[in-house]
Amino acid sequence: MSATLLQVEGLVTEYGPVRAVDGVDLSVSEGAVTAVLGANGAGKTTLLRTISGLVRPRSGTVELEGRSLKGLAVERIVRLGVAHVPEGRGVITELTTEENLALGGLWRGRGAMPVEEVYELFPPLRERRRQPAGSLSGGERQMLSIGRALVARPRVLLLDEPSLGLAPLVSREIMELVRRMAAERSVAVLLVEQNARSALAVADRGVVLNLGRIVAEGDASDLIADEDLRRAYLGF
Amino acid sequence: MTRFVDLTLNGISTGAIYAAVALALVIIWRSTRIVNFAQGGMLMITTFIASALISSGASYWLAFVVALLSGFVLGGLVERLLMRRVEGKPPLNAVIVTFGLLILLEAVAGMIWGNTPRSFPPAFSIRGYSVGGTRLLFAPNDTFIVLVVLGSAALLALLFRRTTLGLRMRASAFAPEVARLLGVRVGGMLTLGWALASLMGSLAGVLVAPSVFVGPNQFDPILVFGFTAAVMGGLDSPAGAVVGGLLLGLALSYVGGYEGSALVTLAALVILLLVLMVRPQGLFSTPRERRV
Amino acid sequence: MNALLSRARIPAGARAPVIALLAGIVLFVASELLSEYNNLQLATGCYYFAALAGLTLLTGLSGQISLGHGALMAVGAYTAALLIGNEHWPLLGAVLAATVMAALVGLVLGAAATRLRGPYLAGATLAFAVGLPALADKYPGTFGGENGLTIEPPTPPAFLGREFPLERWEAWIAGIGAVVVLLLAENLRRSGMGRAFRAIRDDEIAASLCGYSVARVQLTAFVFSAACAGLGGALLAVVLQLAAPGAFQLQLSLSLLTAIVVGGLGSLAGAVWGAAFLVLLPGWSNDIANSFSLSTKVSSNLPLAIYGVVLIVVMLVWPTGIQGGARAAISRLRRARGRPGTGPGTPRKRELAGAASGPVSPASGGEAALTNQRGDPER
Repeated sequence: MSATLLQVEGLVTEYGPVRAVDGVDLSVSEGAVTAVLGANGAGKTTLLRTISGLVRPRSGTVELEGRSLKGLAVERIVRLGVAHVPEGRGVITELTTEENLALGGLWRGRGAMPVEEVYELFPPLRERRRQPAGSLSGGERQMLSIGRALVARPRVLLLDEPSLGLAPLVSREIMELVRRMAAERSVAVLLVEQNARSALAVADRGVVLNLGRIVAEGDASDLIADEDLRRAYLGF
Repeated sequence: MTRFVDLTLNGISTGAIYAAVALALVIIWRSTRIVNFAQGGMLMITTFIASALISSGASYWLAFVVALLSGFVLGGLVERLLMRRVEGKPPLNAVIVTFGLLILLEAVAGMIWGNTPRSFPPAFSIRGYSVGGTRLLFAPNDTFIVLVVLGSAALLALLFRRTTLGLRMRASAFAPEVARLLGVRVGGMLTLGWALASLMGSLAGVLVAPSVFVGPNQFDPILVFGFTAAVMGGLDSPAGAVVGGLLLGLALSYVGGYEGSALVTLAALVILLLVLMVRPQGLFSTPRERRV
Repeated sequence: MNALLSRARIPAGARAPVIALLAGIVLFVASELLSEYNNLQLATGCYYFAALAGLTLLTGLSGQISLGHGALMAVGAYTAALLIGNEHWPLLGAVLAATVMAALVGLVLGAAATRLRGPYLAGATLAFAVGLPALADKYPGTFGGENGLTIEPPTPPAFLGREFPLERWEAWIAGIGAVVVLLLAENLRRSGMGRAFRAIRDDEIAASLCGYSVARVQLTAFVFSAACAGLGGALLAVVLQLAAPGAFQLQLSLSLLTAIVVGGLGSLAGAVWGAAFLVLLPGWSNDIANSFSLSTKVSSNLPLAIYGVVLIVVMLVWPTGIQGGARAAISRLRRARGRPGTGPGTPRKRELAGAASGPVSPASGGEAALTNQRGDPER
């Protein structure tokens, strides 16, 4: 049984009067991929933003390897080993590919993954290393943002809709990569996706959110098998 | 003909000073999206500090260094203590706060040192170079001004483009939220940006002080010229600030030379309005569409 | 004020004249009761109000910030001084002409500046403010150089009697000017154009999609405020019998800005508070200086230092100024008494503070606000 790296309990996040996250419990283990599914507006992105500290929760706890992240600044949380690839990928378009990657590892210093390794993982990036990141295609940007997150050798990786806007083939490659990474590098991955089918294909466990609450959870295979659930919340 | 040459050379020298102020404004704009109208007051105060040191017997170069250092510290303090609270709020608030700071600094300077403008020594001789019998309106001091401003601009460029610190600062300016997600201490980077900008401003202050004299309101036109130059080059572009400064220096030198110095500030206004009407994003910027 | 008027069942169309009439009565009574010195202060407050009313509409309602209104007052003052002193025009004609002149300058400046936003407009008007006084040096013959132009004090008409104090007459002149401005400004604020101002301040793109011509509306706001400033300047020249460059430096524009911020941006009642602030502060500051035996260096700069501190503190802590604070207090009182508050306190704050952040923003801490400011991580 691998260790629980990320533990979320009773998390509540509000935007004014709206409870975007309404009492969520979940945990992610080392080397496992947990998919967070649900329709638009279900609270998935807010959940990730609360974990990484961009948004302050109303109540509830988030613990990283037993250590509470309550009240910590985003930079601090990141330096504890949490990487968050935001919705829209967050590629800094004014910087080059290489600069984006370098940026990811700065706080790690010597312990960071060498940029060469990222190029091994994502060969297309090597060709584009000196070009401004704004000139990259959607798929390349996704590779860049994931690569940039990996450079810091995170313990926990939060991925927000990595397949958004990507062709199905590219999206599948990315998903495969995510699964390999989790296993090979012992990273706990929390994967938010609207495309439930592709997410469940690579995930170990799944959590379904609706209006900020968890309406279903379980092993990925069980969720796939549950036809009613799929039809009601997952769209396939 | 010599008049034209003189005015051109003079324009390059004053242009370098405007470039320094413009650069200060651009660095702050890029990192925090605020036009620091208080810059005129900040560089005035640091120049006063230098002036006070010189009056009490310190060497010029010591005063010079102290002016730059106090500019650095002042910039950092202003950002951390004051501007931090209006970053991210509507721009109107920040504009008003910077003007409040400007008046406050000018008033405090008047309280400490009085309102009568006082003289300030130049770094080097202001006796123009002698070329083939005629004396140019360009002196060793002007050479110093141009070299030190261009040199500092080059150093800043190196810092921003070639160092990891510069990378962090650029990331904090372009995409602060993403930068935080990459572990960059964005707040600290913004403070550093203000500190460096203010250092540039202080440089301009001591360089221009001999010609405008040191007094609470003496540097107001420099603020206007620096702003105009920054807008000409594009508020987003440091290279633009330098080029804008030099171009403005030339233009105003010609106006001052042929029409008299009283109209120079109004000429800057006209240039500013022309630039904003014809190419509002400045000469060097790529226009950013506003996201609806 | 609105609530009071609606309770008195005064129809909306008549409210502006009623307010103006009330103001006129108050001013008249005050002028009768006050001493000569205080009447002079009243006159000063009135011409400040004239300038501030226009400026507060410009800045508060339409969201444009101008540092140039001190210079526009100079235009009005010098025009009036030239017409009265050199051309011997009658008072009313000179003041009107000064207003028109300032409006024309405002038209030119405003037309060039219609596309300017926020700091760009501030910077351009700053250039205007710093640059204009130099004209007095350039053409010392016409403008009297550093000493400026002096004019004869205005003589009260014969039917008021020989003993009618000059200061009270000046208070009346300035008071009439202030009441006229109040009437026009209040009308403007309540009109369709006033609504257009607010629409554009809140969201330009939405407003232009609704059919407002952004450029024309902003120009109107600018020209109107320039005219008010010109009128204020002309009244200043009449009251002081002097138009000199020293009075119209950048500090004047900055003190006008302080006054409207203190009073509350966009509010005419706030302009009243602001005018009072400008009139009374130098006196208070002198008293402080005297009681602490401060040197002249310190005491002469004290009002400016206070303006600076006030601008900063108010903007950081209390962006809605006195009038906003009063509204909030009243609305809180109402709620405490169990009556439905009109809630002007909070919406007013949102009008000011919420403008740039876009339609919906999460209850923000610094982080969320940062996101809104820069917008998107990816472009």
